[in-house]
Amino acid sequence: MADRITLEVARYRPEREAEPVMQSYEVPLRPDWAILDGLNYIKDQLDGTLSYRWSCRMGICGSCGMTVNGDPKLTCATFLTDYAPGPVRIEPLPNFPVIRDLVVDIDDFMTKLPTVKPWLVRDEHEPVEKGEYLQTPEELDEYKQYSMCINCMLCYAACPVYALEPGFIGPAAIALAQRYNLDSRDAGLDDRHDVLSSDEGVWGCTFVGECSAVCPKGVDPAGAIQRYKLTAATRAIKDLLLPRGGR
Amino acid sequence: MIETTGPYHRPISLFWWTRRRAYLVFVLRELSSVFVAWFVVYLLMLVSATSSGGDSYQRFQDWSGQVWVLALNIVSFLFILLHMVTWFGLAPKAMVVKLRARRVPPRAVLAGHYALCVLLSAIVAWLVLR
Amino acid sequence: MSRRRSPEPFVWLLFSAGGTVTALLFPMLVFLFGIAFPLGWLSWPDHAHLLSVVQNPITKLILFGVCVLALFHWAHRFRYTLYDGLQLKRLSSAIIVLCYGGAVVGSVLAGLVLLGA
Repeated sequence: MADRITLEVARYRPEREAEPVMQSYEVPLRPDWAILDGLNYIKDQLDGTLSYRWSCRMGICGSCGMTVNGDPKLTCATFLTDYAPGPVRIEPLPNFPVIRDLVVDIDDFMTKLPTVKPWLVRDEHEPVEKGEYLQTPEELDEYKQYSMCINCMLCYAACPVYALEPGFIGPAAIALAQRYNLDSRDAGLDDRHDVLSSDEGVWGCTFVGECSAVCPKGVDPAGAIQRYKLTAATRAIKDLLLPRGGR
Repeated sequence: MIETTGPYHRPISLFWWTRRRAYLVFVLRELSSVFVAWFVVYLLMLVSATSSGGDSYQRFQDWSGQVWVLALNIVSFLFILLHMVTWFGLAPKAMVVKLRARRVPPRAVLAGHYALCVLLSAIVAWLVLR
Repeated sequence: MSRRRSPEPFVWLLFSAGGTVTALLFPMLVFLFGIAFPLGWLSWPDHAHLLSVVQNPITKLILFGVCVLALFHWAHRFRYTLYDGLQLKRLSSAIIVLCYGGAVVGSVLAGLVLLGA
Protein backbone atom coordinates (compact mmCIF):
# COMPACT_ATOMS: atom_id res chain seq x y z
CA MET A 1 0.00 0.00 0.00
CA ALA A 2 1.25 3.50 -0.82
CA ASP A 3 2.16 5.69 2.11
CA ARG A 4 0.38 8.84 0.88
CA ILE A 5 -3.21 9.55 -0.13
CA THR A 6 -4.82 12.56 -1.81
CA LEU A 7 -7.68 14.36 -0.11
CA GLU A 8 -9.82 16.57 -2.36
CA VAL A 9 -11.36 19.01 0.06
CA ALA A 10 -14.16 21.47 -0.64
CA ARG A 11 -13.15 25.06 0.09
CA TYR A 12 -15.61 27.89 0.37
CA ARG A 13 -14.48 31.36 1.34
CA PRO A 14 -17.46 33.70 0.95
CA GLU A 15 -15.13 36.71 0.72
CA ARG A 16 -13.39 35.16 -2.29
CA GLU A 17 -15.78 32.92 -4.21
CA ALA A 18 -19.46 32.51 -4.95
CA GLU A 19 -19.34 28.68 -4.95
CA PRO A 20 -17.28 25.98 -3.31
CA VAL A 21 -14.08 24.89 -5.11
CA MET A 22 -12.05 21.72 -4.59
CA GLN A 23 -8.48 21.80 -3.34
CA SER A 24 -6.19 18.77 -3.28
CA TYR A 25 -3.81 17.88 -0.48
CA GLU A 26 -1.54 14.88 -0.07
CA VAL A 27 -1.44 13.41 3.43
CA PRO A 28 0.28 10.38 4.97
CA LEU A 29 -1.71 7.18 4.71
CA ARG A 30 -1.32 5.70 8.19
CA PRO A 31 -3.33 2.55 8.97
CA ASP A 32 -4.69 4.00 12.22
CA TRP A 33 -5.66 7.38 10.79
CA ALA A 34 -9.23 8.51 10.34
CA ILE A 35 -10.30 11.15 7.78
CA LEU A 36 -10.21 13.61 10.68
CA ASP A 37 -6.53 12.85 11.26
CA GLY A 38 -5.94 13.65 7.60
CA LEU A 39 -7.75 16.99 7.99
CA ASN A 40 -5.79 17.78 11.14
CA TYR A 41 -2.56 17.04 9.26
CA ILE A 42 -3.63 19.48 6.53
CA LYS A 43 -4.46 22.14 9.10
CA ASP A 44 -1.25 21.65 11.11
CA GLN A 45 1.26 21.08 8.32
CA LEU A 46 -0.10 22.14 4.94
CA ASP A 47 -2.81 24.80 5.07
CA GLY A 48 -3.85 26.47 8.30
CA THR A 49 -6.74 28.24 6.60
CA LEU A 50 -8.87 25.09 6.32
CA SER A 51 -11.99 25.37 8.52
CA TYR A 52 -13.88 22.39 9.92
CA ARG A 53 -15.50 21.25 13.14
CA TRP A 54 -14.33 18.46 15.41
CA SER A 55 -13.99 17.76 19.10
CA CYS A 56 -13.97 14.40 20.82
CA ARG A 57 -12.53 12.39 17.90
CA MET A 58 -14.30 9.32 19.26
CA GLY A 59 -17.81 9.42 17.82
CA ILE A 60 -19.76 10.89 20.73
CA CYS A 61 -19.79 14.68 20.30
CA GLY A 62 -21.40 14.75 16.84
CA SER A 63 -19.24 17.67 15.60
CA CYS A 64 -17.25 16.16 12.72
CA GLY A 65 -19.99 15.12 10.28
CA MET A 66 -18.98 15.66 6.62
CA THR A 67 -19.60 14.11 3.22
CA VAL A 68 -16.88 11.57 2.33
CA ASN A 69 -17.02 10.31 -1.28
CA GLY A 70 -20.69 11.24 -1.38
CA ASP A 71 -21.70 9.59 1.91
CA PRO A 72 -22.44 11.46 5.16
CA LYS A 73 -19.94 10.21 7.73
CA LEU A 74 -18.39 11.06 11.06
CA THR A 75 -14.83 11.83 9.92
CA CYS A 76 -13.41 10.63 13.24
CA ALA A 77 -15.01 7.21 12.70
CA THR A 78 -14.07 6.75 9.05
CA PHE A 79 -10.65 5.41 8.15
CA LEU A 80 -8.35 6.63 5.38
CA THR A 81 -7.31 3.07 4.51
CA ASP A 82 -10.93 2.27 3.62
CA TYR A 83 -10.55 4.67 0.69
CA ALA A 84 -7.06 3.70 -0.45
CA PRO A 85 -5.59 4.36 -2.95
CA GLY A 86 -7.87 7.41 -3.08
CA PRO A 87 -8.39 10.21 -3.87
CA VAL A 88 -10.94 10.90 -1.14
CA ARG A 89 -13.47 13.65 -1.73
CA ILE A 90 -14.44 15.57 1.40
CA GLU A 91 -17.30 18.04 1.32
CA PRO A 92 -19.57 19.69 3.87
CA LEU A 93 -22.84 17.97 4.82
CA PRO A 94 -25.56 18.68 2.23
CA ASN A 95 -28.91 20.30 3.03
CA PHE A 96 -27.33 22.93 5.29
CA PRO A 97 -26.00 26.37 4.31
CA VAL A 98 -22.20 26.31 4.10
CA ILE A 99 -20.64 29.02 6.23
CA ARG A 100 -17.04 28.31 5.26
CA ASP A 101 -15.13 25.31 3.86
CA LEU A 102 -16.52 22.27 5.70
CA VAL A 103 -18.49 24.19 8.33
CA VAL A 104 -22.29 24.23 7.97
CA ASP A 105 -24.97 26.26 9.70
CA ILE A 106 -27.23 24.02 11.81
CA ASP A 107 -29.30 26.82 13.34
CA ASP A 108 -32.37 25.40 11.61
CA PHE A 109 -32.08 22.21 13.66
CA MET A 110 -31.27 24.17 16.83
CA THR A 111 -34.51 26.14 16.38
CA LYS A 112 -36.62 23.08 15.61
CA LEU A 113 -35.36 20.86 18.41
CA PRO A 114 -36.89 22.78 21.35
CA THR A 115 -40.28 22.78 19.61
CA VAL A 116 -40.60 19.05 20.32
CA LYS A 117 -39.86 19.60 24.02
CA PRO A 118 -36.96 17.13 24.35
CA TRP A 119 -37.08 17.00 28.14
CA LEU A 120 -39.15 15.19 30.74
CA VAL A 121 -42.58 16.78 30.96
CA ARG A 122 -44.56 15.93 34.06
CA ASP A 123 -47.85 17.19 35.49
CA GLU A 124 -46.58 16.72 39.02
CA HIS A 125 -43.05 16.86 40.24
CA GLU A 126 -42.06 14.78 43.23
CA PRO A 127 -40.07 16.68 45.86
CA VAL A 128 -36.35 16.02 45.66
CA GLU A 129 -36.33 14.41 49.13
CA LYS A 130 -38.46 11.54 47.80
CA GLY A 131 -35.50 10.39 45.70
CA GLU A 132 -35.18 9.35 42.06
CA TYR A 133 -37.96 8.34 39.68
CA LEU A 134 -37.43 4.58 39.46
CA GLN A 135 -37.40 2.75 36.16
CA THR A 136 -37.10 -0.95 35.37
CA PRO A 137 -34.64 -2.21 32.74
CA GLU A 138 -37.63 -3.02 30.50
CA GLU A 139 -38.89 0.57 30.80
CA LEU A 140 -35.41 1.81 29.91
CA ASP A 141 -35.27 -0.45 26.85
CA GLU A 142 -38.42 1.21 25.49
CA TYR A 143 -36.60 4.43 24.68
CA LYS A 144 -32.89 3.72 25.11
CA GLN A 145 -32.17 3.38 21.40
CA TYR A 146 -33.55 6.87 20.72
CA SER A 147 -31.48 8.36 23.51
CA MET A 148 -28.27 7.50 21.67
CA CYS A 149 -28.60 10.45 19.28
CA ILE A 150 -25.54 12.69 19.26
CA ASN A 151 -27.09 15.41 17.05
CA CYS A 152 -24.48 14.83 14.38
CA MET A 153 -26.91 15.81 11.58
CA LEU A 154 -25.91 12.94 9.27
CA CYS A 155 -29.60 11.96 9.12
CA TYR A 156 -30.60 15.45 7.96
CA ALA A 157 -27.86 15.31 5.35
CA ALA A 158 -29.26 12.03 4.03
CA CYS A 159 -32.95 12.93 4.11
CA PRO A 160 -34.37 14.01 0.71
CA VAL A 161 -37.50 15.41 2.37
CA TYR A 162 -35.36 17.72 4.51
CA ALA A 163 -33.53 18.74 1.32
CA LEU A 164 -36.80 19.60 -0.43
CA GLU A 165 -39.00 20.79 2.43
CA PRO A 166 -37.50 23.61 4.47
CA GLY A 167 -40.12 23.26 7.19
CA PHE A 168 -39.69 19.54 7.89
CA ILE A 169 -38.59 19.14 11.49
CA GLY A 170 -36.47 16.14 10.54
CA PRO A 171 -35.37 12.70 11.75
CA ALA A 172 -33.29 13.52 14.83
CA ALA A 173 -35.85 15.92 16.28
CA ILE A 174 -38.63 13.34 15.95
CA ALA A 175 -36.46 10.52 17.30
CA LEU A 176 -35.60 12.71 20.30
CA ALA A 177 -39.28 13.49 20.83
CA GLN A 178 -39.96 9.75 20.84
CA ARG A 179 -37.14 9.24 23.34
CA TYR A 180 -39.25 11.25 25.76
CA ASN A 181 -42.66 10.04 24.60
CA LEU A 182 -41.61 6.47 25.36
CA ASP A 183 -39.92 7.28 28.67
CA SER A 184 -42.01 5.97 31.56
CA ARG A 185 -41.16 9.06 33.63
CA ASP A 186 -42.61 11.40 31.00
CA ALA A 187 -46.19 12.67 30.70
CA GLY A 188 -45.69 14.98 27.71
CA LEU A 189 -47.22 12.97 24.84
CA ASP A 190 -50.06 15.50 24.49
CA ASP A 191 -47.68 18.46 24.70
CA ARG A 192 -45.60 17.18 21.82
CA HIS A 193 -48.52 16.04 19.70
CA ASP A 194 -49.32 19.27 17.86
CA VAL A 195 -45.78 19.79 16.59
CA LEU A 196 -45.19 16.14 15.72
CA SER A 197 -48.50 15.69 13.92
CA SER A 198 -48.28 18.87 11.89
CA ASP A 199 -47.53 18.68 8.17
CA GLU A 200 -43.95 19.62 8.99
CA GLY A 201 -43.79 16.81 11.52
CA VAL A 202 -44.11 13.10 10.91
CA TRP A 203 -46.53 13.38 7.98
CA GLY A 204 -43.87 14.92 5.76
CA CYS A 205 -41.77 11.77 6.07
CA THR A 206 -42.07 9.31 3.19
CA PHE A 207 -39.97 6.59 4.87
CA VAL A 208 -37.04 6.76 2.49
CA GLY A 209 -35.05 5.25 5.35
CA GLU A 210 -31.68 6.81 4.50
CA CYS A 211 -31.59 8.57 7.85
CA SER A 212 -31.39 5.24 9.67
CA ALA A 213 -28.90 3.90 7.13
CA VAL A 214 -26.37 6.69 7.81
CA CYS A 215 -26.90 7.05 11.58
CA PRO A 216 -23.59 6.23 13.29
CA LYS A 217 -25.26 5.41 16.62
CA GLY A 218 -27.99 3.01 15.49
CA VAL A 219 -30.82 5.31 16.57
CA ASP A 220 -33.13 4.28 13.69
CA PRO A 221 -34.97 7.61 13.40
CA ALA A 222 -37.02 6.22 10.50
CA GLY A 223 -38.48 3.60 12.80
CA ALA A 224 -39.17 6.22 15.46
CA ILE A 225 -41.06 8.34 12.92
CA GLN A 226 -43.19 5.46 11.60
CA ARG A 227 -44.07 4.44 15.15
CA TYR A 228 -45.24 7.96 15.87
CA LYS A 229 -47.35 7.97 12.69
CA LEU A 230 -49.16 4.95 14.07
CA THR A 231 -49.49 6.60 17.50
CA ALA A 232 -50.86 9.79 15.98
CA ALA A 233 -53.22 7.92 13.64
CA THR A 234 -54.60 5.81 16.49
CA ARG A 235 -55.11 8.95 18.51
CA ALA A 236 -56.88 10.65 15.59
CA ILE A 237 -59.31 7.72 15.32
CA LYS A 238 -59.95 7.80 19.07
CA ASP A 239 -60.51 11.56 18.95
CA LEU A 240 -62.96 11.09 16.11
CA LEU A 241 -64.95 8.39 17.88
CA LEU A 242 -64.66 9.72 21.43
CA PRO A 243 -64.06 13.49 21.31
CA ARG A 244 -61.74 14.63 24.06
CA GLY A 245 -64.11 17.25 25.38
CA GLY A 246 -66.55 14.58 26.37
CA ARG A 247 -64.08 12.51 28.39
CA MET B 1 -15.71 45.34 5.89
CA ILE B 2 -14.98 42.48 3.48
CA GLU B 3 -17.48 42.00 0.64
CA THR B 4 -18.93 38.57 1.12
CA THR B 5 -21.50 36.36 -0.57
CA GLY B 6 -22.66 34.83 2.70
CA PRO B 7 -23.53 31.18 3.35
CA TYR B 8 -23.66 28.92 0.30
CA HIS B 9 -26.91 27.09 -0.48
CA ARG B 10 -26.39 24.12 -2.78
CA PRO B 11 -29.26 23.89 -5.28
CA ILE B 12 -31.31 20.65 -5.40
CA SER B 13 -31.27 19.02 -8.83
CA LEU B 14 -34.51 17.72 -10.33
CA PHE B 15 -32.64 14.42 -10.59
CA TRP B 16 -31.60 14.26 -6.92
CA TRP B 17 -33.03 10.75 -6.81
CA THR B 18 -30.49 9.40 -9.32
CA ARG B 19 -27.54 10.37 -7.15
CA ARG B 20 -27.75 7.50 -4.65
CA ARG B 21 -28.86 3.93 -5.22
CA ALA B 22 -31.06 4.11 -2.12
CA TYR B 23 -32.89 7.14 -3.51
CA LEU B 24 -33.43 5.40 -6.86
CA VAL B 25 -34.88 2.31 -5.20
CA PHE B 26 -37.07 4.63 -3.11
CA VAL B 27 -38.48 6.42 -6.17
CA LEU B 28 -39.08 3.12 -7.99
CA ARG B 29 -40.85 1.85 -4.90
CA GLU B 30 -43.05 4.94 -4.86
CA LEU B 31 -43.80 4.57 -8.58
CA SER B 32 -45.06 1.04 -7.93
CA SER B 33 -48.27 2.71 -6.73
CA VAL B 34 -49.03 3.69 -10.34
CA PHE B 35 -48.98 0.03 -11.34
CA VAL B 36 -51.15 -0.84 -8.35
CA ALA B 37 -53.71 1.68 -9.62
CA TRP B 38 -53.42 0.24 -13.16
CA PHE B 39 -54.14 -3.23 -11.88
CA VAL B 40 -57.25 -2.02 -10.06
CA VAL B 41 -58.49 -0.75 -13.42
CA TYR B 42 -57.55 -4.06 -15.08
CA LEU B 43 -59.34 -6.06 -12.37
CA LEU B 44 -62.48 -3.98 -12.75
CA MET B 45 -62.34 -4.45 -16.53
CA LEU B 46 -62.07 -8.19 -15.96
CA VAL B 47 -65.04 -8.24 -13.58
CA SER B 48 -67.07 -6.14 -15.98
CA ALA B 49 -66.19 -8.35 -18.95
CA THR B 50 -66.95 -11.53 -17.03
CA SER B 51 -70.33 -10.33 -15.85
CA SER B 52 -71.30 -9.18 -19.35
CA GLY B 53 -71.39 -12.71 -20.77
CA GLY B 54 -69.20 -15.39 -22.33
CA ASP B 55 -68.42 -13.37 -25.47
CA SER B 56 -67.15 -10.30 -23.64
CA TYR B 57 -65.15 -12.59 -21.35
CA GLN B 58 -63.53 -14.12 -24.44
CA ARG B 59 -62.83 -10.68 -25.88
CA PHE B 60 -61.16 -9.69 -22.63
CA GLN B 61 -58.97 -12.80 -22.79
CA ASP B 62 -57.88 -11.93 -26.33
CA TRP B 63 -57.22 -8.32 -25.39
CA SER B 64 -55.17 -9.33 -22.37
CA GLY B 65 -52.91 -11.36 -24.65
CA GLN B 66 -51.98 -8.35 -26.78
CA VAL B 67 -48.33 -7.45 -26.60
CA TRP B 68 -48.71 -4.06 -24.98
CA VAL B 69 -51.18 -5.28 -22.35
CA LEU B 70 -48.99 -8.25 -21.54
CA ALA B 71 -45.88 -6.07 -21.33
CA LEU B 72 -47.68 -3.62 -19.05
CA ASN B 73 -48.81 -6.43 -16.79
CA ILE B 74 -45.35 -8.02 -16.65
CA VAL B 75 -43.88 -4.66 -15.67
CA SER B 76 -46.70 -4.23 -13.16
CA PHE B 77 -45.91 -7.63 -11.67
CA LEU B 78 -42.26 -6.66 -11.18
CA PHE B 79 -43.20 -3.35 -9.58
CA ILE B 80 -45.77 -5.03 -7.34
CA LEU B 81 -43.13 -7.53 -6.23
CA LEU B 82 -40.88 -4.55 -5.42
CA HIS B 83 -43.74 -3.05 -3.44
CA MET B 84 -44.32 -6.31 -1.57
CA VAL B 85 -40.66 -6.84 -0.69
CA THR B 86 -40.10 -3.26 0.44
CA TRP B 87 -43.40 -3.08 2.32
CA PHE B 88 -42.81 -6.28 4.27
CA GLY B 89 -39.23 -5.20 4.91
CA LEU B 90 -40.32 -1.91 6.43
CA ALA B 91 -43.38 -3.15 8.34
CA PRO B 92 -41.39 -4.47 11.35
CA LYS B 93 -39.94 -0.99 11.86
CA ALA B 94 -43.32 0.65 12.07
CA MET B 95 -45.06 -2.03 14.10
CA VAL B 96 -43.76 -2.75 17.57
CA VAL B 97 -45.78 -5.78 18.58
CA LYS B 98 -45.83 -6.85 22.20
CA LEU B 99 -46.68 -10.36 23.20
CA ARG B 100 -46.87 -10.91 26.97
CA ALA B 101 -44.75 -7.76 27.60
CA ARG B 102 -41.93 -8.95 25.31
CA ARG B 103 -41.30 -7.34 21.97
CA VAL B 104 -41.88 -9.71 19.06
CA PRO B 105 -38.56 -9.80 17.13
CA PRO B 106 -38.65 -7.91 13.81
CA ARG B 107 -37.76 -11.11 11.91
CA ALA B 108 -40.91 -12.74 13.24
CA VAL B 109 -43.04 -9.82 12.06
CA LEU B 110 -41.38 -10.10 8.65
CA ALA B 111 -41.90 -13.86 8.49
CA GLY B 112 -45.52 -13.42 9.57
CA HIS B 113 -46.17 -11.08 6.63
CA TYR B 114 -44.68 -13.51 4.14
CA ALA B 115 -46.55 -16.44 5.67
CA LEU B 116 -49.83 -14.53 5.40
CA CYS B 117 -49.02 -13.63 1.80
CA VAL B 118 -48.35 -17.26 0.89
CA LEU B 119 -51.56 -18.35 2.60
CA LEU B 120 -53.75 -15.72 0.95
CA SER B 121 -52.10 -16.33 -2.45
CA ALA B 122 -52.84 -20.04 -2.12
CA ILE B 123 -56.48 -19.29 -1.29
CA VAL B 124 -56.82 -16.98 -4.29
CA ALA B 125 -55.21 -19.53 -6.59
CA TRP B 126 -57.47 -22.29 -5.30
CA LEU B 127 -60.59 -20.13 -5.69
CA VAL B 128 -59.73 -19.26 -9.27
CA LEU B 129 -58.24 -22.49 -10.53
CA ARG B 130 -60.52 -25.17 -9.11
CA MET C 1 -56.86 23.33 22.66
CA SER C 2 -58.80 22.54 19.53
CA ARG C 3 -57.17 22.90 16.20
CA ARG C 4 -58.45 22.19 12.74
CA ARG C 5 -58.43 18.41 12.54
CA SER C 6 -55.94 17.42 9.85
CA PRO C 7 -56.94 14.63 7.47
CA GLU C 8 -53.33 13.42 7.28
CA PRO C 9 -53.59 10.63 9.87
CA PHE C 10 -56.70 9.24 8.17
CA VAL C 11 -55.30 9.23 4.64
CA TRP C 12 -52.12 7.71 6.02
CA LEU C 13 -54.14 4.89 7.59
CA LEU C 14 -55.89 4.29 4.26
CA PHE C 15 -52.50 4.33 2.54
CA SER C 16 -51.12 1.81 5.03
CA ALA C 17 -54.10 -0.50 4.79
CA GLY C 18 -53.96 -0.29 1.01
CA GLY C 19 -50.25 -1.01 0.95
CA THR C 20 -50.66 -4.05 3.16
CA VAL C 21 -53.65 -5.45 1.28
CA THR C 22 -52.04 -4.99 -2.14
CA ALA C 23 -48.74 -6.48 -0.98
CA LEU C 24 -50.59 -9.55 0.30
CA LEU C 25 -53.02 -10.11 -2.59
CA PHE C 26 -51.83 -8.45 -5.78
CA PRO C 27 -48.74 -10.57 -6.56
CA MET C 28 -50.85 -13.71 -7.09
CA LEU C 29 -53.68 -11.82 -8.82
CA VAL C 30 -51.32 -10.08 -11.25
CA PHE C 31 -49.48 -13.32 -11.89
CA LEU C 32 -52.64 -15.23 -12.71
CA PHE C 33 -54.77 -12.69 -14.56
CA GLY C 34 -52.00 -10.53 -16.02
CA ILE C 35 -49.40 -13.10 -17.02
CA ALA C 36 -50.18 -16.80 -16.61
CA PHE C 37 -53.63 -16.88 -18.22
CA PRO C 38 -52.89 -14.45 -21.09
CA LEU C 39 -49.64 -16.30 -21.89
CA GLY C 40 -51.40 -19.64 -21.77
CA TRP C 41 -49.24 -21.06 -18.99
CA LEU C 42 -52.51 -21.92 -17.28
CA SER C 43 -55.87 -22.01 -19.00
CA TRP C 44 -58.37 -19.28 -18.25
CA PRO C 45 -61.03 -20.39 -15.76
CA ASP C 46 -64.21 -21.28 -17.60
CA HIS C 47 -66.71 -18.48 -17.75
CA ALA C 48 -69.36 -20.05 -15.57
CA HIS C 49 -66.90 -20.72 -12.78
CA LEU C 50 -65.31 -17.26 -12.75
CA LEU C 51 -68.76 -15.68 -12.95
CA SER C 52 -69.91 -17.61 -9.90
CA VAL C 53 -66.80 -16.52 -7.97
CA VAL C 54 -67.25 -12.89 -8.99
CA GLN C 55 -70.96 -12.83 -8.25
CA ASN C 56 -70.51 -14.16 -4.73
CA PRO C 57 -71.42 -11.29 -2.39
CA ILE C 58 -68.41 -11.96 -0.16
CA THR C 59 -66.08 -11.77 -3.16
CA LYS C 60 -67.72 -8.52 -4.20
CA LEU C 61 -67.30 -7.06 -0.74
CA ILE C 62 -63.67 -8.08 -0.49
CA LEU C 63 -62.88 -6.93 -4.03
CA PHE C 64 -64.54 -3.58 -3.35
CA GLY C 65 -62.55 -3.13 -0.15
CA VAL C 66 -59.32 -4.10 -1.90
CA CYS C 67 -59.96 -1.72 -4.81
CA VAL C 68 -60.84 1.23 -2.58
CA LEU C 69 -57.81 0.71 -0.34
CA ALA C 70 -55.50 0.15 -3.32
CA LEU C 71 -56.71 3.37 -4.96
CA PHE C 72 -56.18 5.42 -1.80
CA HIS C 73 -52.78 3.80 -1.39
CA TRP C 74 -51.92 5.05 -4.90
CA ALA C 75 -53.40 8.49 -4.24
CA HIS C 76 -51.34 9.14 -1.10
CA ARG C 77 -48.10 7.72 -2.44
CA PHE C 78 -48.41 9.43 -5.84
CA ARG C 79 -49.16 12.76 -4.17
CA TYR C 80 -45.84 12.64 -2.31
CA THR C 81 -44.03 11.35 -5.41
CA LEU C 82 -45.16 14.52 -7.21
CA TYR C 83 -44.14 16.69 -4.25
CA ASP C 84 -40.67 15.21 -3.81
CA GLY C 85 -39.84 13.47 -7.08
CA LEU C 86 -40.96 16.25 -9.40
CA GLN C 87 -40.76 19.04 -6.80
CA LEU C 88 -44.33 20.14 -7.51
CA LYS C 89 -45.34 20.99 -3.94
CA ARG C 90 -46.42 24.45 -5.04
CA LEU C 91 -49.27 22.76 -6.95
CA SER C 92 -50.35 20.85 -3.85
CA SER C 93 -54.03 21.87 -4.01
CA ALA C 94 -54.38 20.63 -7.58
CA ILE C 95 -52.41 17.48 -6.75
CA ILE C 96 -54.60 16.72 -3.74
CA VAL C 97 -57.75 17.04 -5.85
CA LEU C 98 -56.24 14.93 -8.65
CA CYS C 99 -55.06 12.16 -6.36
CA TYR C 100 -57.74 11.75 -3.71
CA GLY C 101 -60.45 12.88 -6.10
CA GLY C 102 -59.23 10.27 -8.54
CA ALA C 103 -59.35 7.65 -5.80
CA VAL C 104 -62.93 8.62 -4.94
CA VAL C 105 -63.99 8.45 -8.59
CA GLY C 106 -62.27 5.09 -8.96
CA SER C 107 -63.97 3.82 -5.82
CA VAL C 108 -67.38 4.83 -7.12
CA LEU C 109 -66.64 3.10 -10.44
CA ALA C 110 -65.49 0.00 -8.56
CA GLY C 111 -68.73 0.04 -6.62
CA LEU C 112 -70.80 0.35 -9.78
CA VAL C 113 -68.93 -2.43 -11.59
CA LEU C 114 -69.12 -4.80 -8.65
CA LEU C 115 -72.73 -3.97 -7.85
CA GLY C 116 -73.72 -4.58 -11.43
CA ALA C 117 -71.83 -7.88 -11.74
